[in-house]
Amino acid sequence: MPKNPNVKKVLVIGSGPIVIGQAAEFDYAGTQACRSLKEEGVEVVLVNSNPATIMTDKDIADRVYIEPLTVKVLEQLIEKEQPDSILPTLGGQAGLNLGMELEESGFLASHHVTLLGTTAATIRKAEDRQAFKDTMEKIGEPCAASKVVETVEDGVAFVRTIGYPVVLRPAYTLGGSGGGIAHSQTELEEILANGLRLSRVGQVLVERCIAGWKEIEYEVMRDHAGNCITVCNMENIDPVGVHTGDSIVVAPSQTLGDKEYQMLRSSALNIISELQITGGCNVQFALHPVSFEYCVIEVNPRVSRSSALASKATGYPIAKVAAKIALGYTLDEIPNSITGKTCACFEPTLDYCVVKLPRLPFDKFITAKRTLTTQMKATGEVMSICQNFEGALMKAIRSLEQHVDCLRSYDFTDLTLEELKDRLKIVDDQRIYVIAEALRKGMDQQTIHELTMIDVWFIDKLAILVEMEAALEQGPLTPALLKEAKRMEFPDCVISRLTGVSENEIRQMRHKNGIVAAFKMVDTCAAEFEASTPYYYSCFGSENEAVRTEGKKKVLVLGSGPIRIGQGIEFDYCSVHATWAFAKAGYETIIINNNPETVSTDFDIADKLYFEPLTPEDVENIVRLEEPDGAIVQFGGQTAIKLTESLMKMGVPILGTKAEDVDAAEDRELFDRILEQTGIPRAAGGTVYTAREAKEVANRLGYPVLVRPSYVLGGQGMQIAINDQEIEEFMEIINRIAQDHPILVDKYLQGKEIEVDAVCDGTDILIPGIMEHIERTGVHSGDSISVYPAHTIDRVVKEKIAEYTKRLARALHVKGLINIQFIAIGEEVYVIEVNPRSSRTVPYISKVTGIPIVDLAAEVIIGKTIRELGYEPGLQKEADYVAIKMPVFSFEKIRGAEISLGPEMKSTGECLGIARTFQEALYKAFLGSGVDLPKFRQMIITVKDADKGEAIEIGRRFEKLGYTIYATRSTAAALREAGIKARKVNKIQQESPTVMDLILGHKIDLVIDTPTQGRDKSRDGFLIRRTAIETGVNCLTSLDTARALVTSLENARSGDLTLIDVASLS
Amino acid sequence: MKAFLILEDGTVFEGTQIGAVREMISEIVFNTSMAGYPEVLTDPSYAGQAVCMTYPLIGNYGVCMEDMESARPWPDGLIVRELSRTASNFRSDKSIQQFLEENDVPGIAGIDTRALTRLLREKGTMNGMITTDASFEPEEVIPRLKAYRTGKVVEKVTCRHAYEVKGAVSLADIGPASGSAVYTGEKEKRPTMVRALNGAGKRVALLDLGMKYNIADSLASRGVNVTVYPAFTSAREILDSRPDGIMLSNGPGDPKECTEIIKEIRALYESDVPIFAICLGHQLMALATGADTYKLKYGHRGGNHPVKDLQTGRVYISSQNHGYVVDMDTLDENVARPAFVNANDGTCEGLSYVGKSIFTVQYHPEACPGPQDSGYLFDRFIEMMEVGKHA
Repeated sequence: MPKNPNVKKVLVIGSGPIVIGQAAEFDYAGTQACRSLKEEGVEVVLVNSNPATIMTDKDIADRVYIEPLTVKVLEQLIEKEQPDSILPTLGGQAGLNLGMELEESGFLASHHVTLLGTTAATIRKAEDRQAFKDTMEKIGEPCAASKVVETVEDGVAFVRTIGYPVVLRPAYTLGGSGGGIAHSQTELEEILANGLRLSRVGQVLVERCIAGWKEIEYEVMRDHAGNCITVCNMENIDPVGVHTGDSIVVAPSQTLGDKEYQMLRSSALNIISELQITGGCNVQFALHPVSFEYCVIEVNPRVSRSSALASKATGYPIAKVAAKIALGYTLDEIPNSITGKTCACFEPTLDYCVVKLPRLPFDKFITAKRTLTTQMKATGEVMSICQNFEGALMKAIRSLEQHVDCLRSYDFTDLTLEELKDRLKIVDDQRIYVIAEALRKGMDQQTIHELTMIDVWFIDKLAILVEMEAALEQGPLTPALLKEAKRMEFPDCVISRLTGVSENEIRQMRHKNGIVAAFKMVDTCAAEFEASTPYYYSCFGSENEAVRTEGKKKVLVLGSGPIRIGQGIEFDYCSVHATWAFAKAGYETIIINNNPETVSTDFDIADKLYFEPLTPEDVENIVRLEEPDGAIVQFGGQTAIKLTESLMKMGVPILGTKAEDVDAAEDRELFDRILEQTGIPRAAGGTVYTAREAKEVANRLGYPVLVRPSYVLGGQGMQIAINDQEIEEFMEIINRIAQDHPILVDKYLQGKEIEVDAVCDGTDILIPGIMEHIERTGVHSGDSISVYPAHTIDRVVKEKIAEYTKRLARALHVKGLINIQFIAIGEEVYVIEVNPRSSRTVPYISKVTGIPIVDLAAEVIIGKTIRELGYEPGLQKEADYVAIKMPVFSFEKIRGAEISLGPEMKSTGECLGIARTFQEALYKAFLGSGVDLPKFRQMIITVKDADKGEAIEIGRRFEKLGYTIYATRSTAAALREAGIKARKVNKIQQESPTVMDLILGHKIDLVIDTPTQGRDKSRDGFLIRRTAIETGVNCLTSLDTARALVTSLENARSGDLTLIDVASLS
Repeated sequence: MKAFLILEDGTVFEGTQIGAVREMISEIVFNTSMAGYPEVLTDPSYAGQAVCMTYPLIGNYGVCMEDMESARPWPDGLIVRELSRTASNFRSDKSIQQFLEENDVPGIAGIDTRALTRLLREKGTMNGMITTDASFEPEEVIPRLKAYRTGKVVEKVTCRHAYEVKGAVSLADIGPASGSAVYTGEKEKRPTMVRALNGAGKRVALLDLGMKYNIADSLASRGVNVTVYPAFTSAREILDSRPDGIMLSNGPGDPKECTEIIKEIRALYESDVPIFAICLGHQLMALATGADTYKLKYGHRGGNHPVKDLQTGRVYISSQNHGYVVDMDTLDENVARPAFVNANDGTCEGLSYVGKSIFTVQYHPEACPGPQDSGYLFDRFIEMMEVGKHA
């Protein structure tokens, strides 16, 4: 069946801000699909509220709307753009839900818009729990005994018939929000009540618990003609009970024989055929570990995180093929772009082993529970490829960038065998390290299996790694032993620690004995056909297939690794754009990265892709082979910056700003000297190593002070301290991880925080625009609402900022990008921080100003000047609209995480509000981040004493909007005194009804709670905030945010929003 | 112990010895299936060949004797990247190492199987030797490798005497329908895709050219009574038994060597009995009716090849294992017409015979290992017999 000629203009729905459970994989899928549609001559209209994405670039879609993803906005957009079709299966659950709502309301039909890809009926059958169960029953595919309930009472009654434990899964939520396992009636009632509220349709599936079974997934494709293939299957090492996004996953399955493999494959094909899915689909199974019994867990009738992983694991471009299928092609009509010779209607076969590890945020949320459940907690993931499982696991571990590089990285040596047994019952992110320790202490594999239900095959693989550790420790390090250790991908640094032989000696020994990394190709066909796609992974003891290319100049682009809080998708945006810019300038481009969710690891972005850990040793292997003419580190976030020194040692020139200048910006003393030279003020401060020194500096400066480690991302470990006791507390936390660099203690200044991204060619600078934060200093810039153009500072301050930016960029000899954060207090401007590299705000400012600063930076690095590129240097003219970047958090996913904003970044994503007026932009930004008020017009205010004055002003404005305000004792008194009719509500430990009862009553729109200092999480405030978040109540901890919200609500108009095509901005 | 794989082009791979300790010379082929090594090892079509598995981790789930596709392993040798030291599966009866030793199959592990595969892809299938003797002399070995010819492999693999495989009398005989298995703690039967005894009462004569058990089982589980005949049974004997249908099985080697069998198959063709043939059987039927076959550069062996059913336009993922194909240019369109083609390279995957109740496929609808998508062909054959009966 050839392409459907009626499809000329398609609206593609993106997935919105990055939250846990819905991350960069949808940018990857959406970008690939849009390119695939454009390739077919289809006009693409894209809507996504997330400005950090590549899919929202004007070179990806023809028309780009960075607007809130709501039904109303989409309806308006359809009326404005009049697409003939809509493609909702690429924007994750969020996109799918929107598409469904538009379809169900009849809006699509009345506007003659066709739903492309899978039909609405199919989506309903796959997503609606009962409909799905009925369908499965009809075709003889088993599901676990279950019932969809709409009330807690029904749930309790049903569980009486099937027994505990049971799994709870709310319908239509993403990342399993609100789900869990209940072992008792008390737990059931608690989780169920919450799940019912979070579900879009108020339904929760109560299901027989199949925890401990093997969890197996199949990625399936189907076309209109009914042709079906499975792209790959994957086995979760963590049995059922841990969300697959938090599981260690291996591809292909390792412990299934052909009989089990084919049984589940046939089932997956049965299901996709019965559901009549067209496009991609993910089917999850639970397989009983000692029988052929299995259950279908769920089906996702769309591209998903797993399909992104499957695409990268096999080389099969699922999203691209899904887009072609949506246009009407059949699988056998679509070429396999990896081989160029075969067609997309085949099943990839792997000749390597793939391991995915989740990137969990427990280093950020130190108070959070580390246990893993059916609710996903990972912010990102890493993937690695090797010829053996041991090697793939070792590579994945060091790709995480969490101070881990082997199975000894978490120390459990002081636990006894009995204690280890207890510890093994806990399912958390450290489980494989605990298993390794148990093996070291001689626990037998069967016991470990019984405690964890992890298949013995995987436990034995961990045992092989543990045995190798022991062999290395015992020594001597012979070439044969070294060769075997490298085959399992032990990095030189670990071998050095275990043997006591220096890394340098190990490297020499390796080279002398020819123990060097070889590169193999990912080709979808296990070498059966010649492949034309240069997508490589490394392994030891093999023939090298990667060929050093000659001719063109070669540039190495270092990627940014896994998505984590503080280093998100923005850096992938920068890496990809830099790659394209260098390619356009005639360079051969080489990307190294290890994140399967991203666009940068798509095989057709760079000339060559190396899917590898981003450690000095792994990068050196590639450098030795490719001998690049230079490396680009300024676009890959801290991950790439950290490699600078090693790259220079390897003799690779760093293109753009030099390493010593990067250092000068980070090194306190060097930077102070530069500030002195350039006459730019900053907050007074000092560098320290110990708590005693820190207290000395703090007392000299006077409290409050800002304490933070240098060379970190996203303000990790940064705190505001108000007394000696807090300094001690924070220093202890910071020093839990050995610090290579000193700790900074600065006087805390309170003012307006201003941020600037600029391009510098060594002489001239170009500032696309100045951004101003709504929250005052003390809240991390990534968690602040950011407004462009800066709206409350005057011309003098702006000029000063532009001047300081120029001086700093010149003094630091910046070639490329620079990001600077300032504090403005009156007309005074102080520097907070300078980062001579790309930043989180680069995609945002590029899109809203229409100035492609990554491309310009790349050109500047190559040698062009800003003038040559056609730009007048300096601060560019302000736009005549307002663009507001709103942080988005995932607090509800991380049990026990402190939600109050501070100097350490906590948001996982962002969205944009763009409009002609400040108020409308603000309204759109809040709407895009999911704040859709008012609902019940009831709110709670509880603030610390210092904030009471401001709280009165804000309270009064909310009251005027018709809000009933509840407040705790002293806040209520203050509000009443000011004439606001606040109702007093009891504190938690007082008698009912308390503030908690109020929140749990589900009638509250908003909680404003400004925390008192300190990390003591037993305090009332912490409980109130957590309860609010977990019951889905908006909770603000900064009065600035609250003020912005009330401003946006005051101006919320019932009428239409103005929709702006960002692709037309210039 | 060290072992070496020496190819006829002079390439030497060094690895470790696995399986039986003995020297072996054979034709080296590769298989791209990621699971299913026990089925590959016991597929008689590999007689006269040594198999290299392209998936690097082999032996993970051990060997389950219930999954044997014939009475013993047939490849002359096994070549793997890594042999698992643990066999982890509830049905595992023994480790693959034990299985190879017991059956005197030598092998080599620890070599770069991808490099070997690439070499075979570039240069075509080659002969090779696996040896543990480090003192081999290439000048002595290579001429021997070049001169090596397998032959008479069908004679080797076919059964010695005819035997019966009784058709299932009730669905309960054939194991739980796929998806309905329930853990009971007892050893359970393999699940089956068959959901109806549509072949009940039919009698099929199955010519064993190197048959995989699951061909007979695929018929028997649909209720068909199967009589399996040795490859050199005369057409007369088969036809005299008055079967409702005849099946020609898969098998090893160069089809053109089977000159005597081809003559008998010609006689079967002349009869009006419905015939369904797989793999070698398909090639022999083509040769018997005037078409030609040729050797592929490196064959199709794996579980991921797309086959297009020209009758419906649908594409199915198939299990394949063949080094020879029917040359479609040599078909007489009044005799046989293409019914299935490979969606990748366009080679012949199946024929339907004009004016006859005969269809043949190059690939393996019996799967084991590989996708079960083409099981419907057995039902098509049963329907054909049904029509034949009423005609």
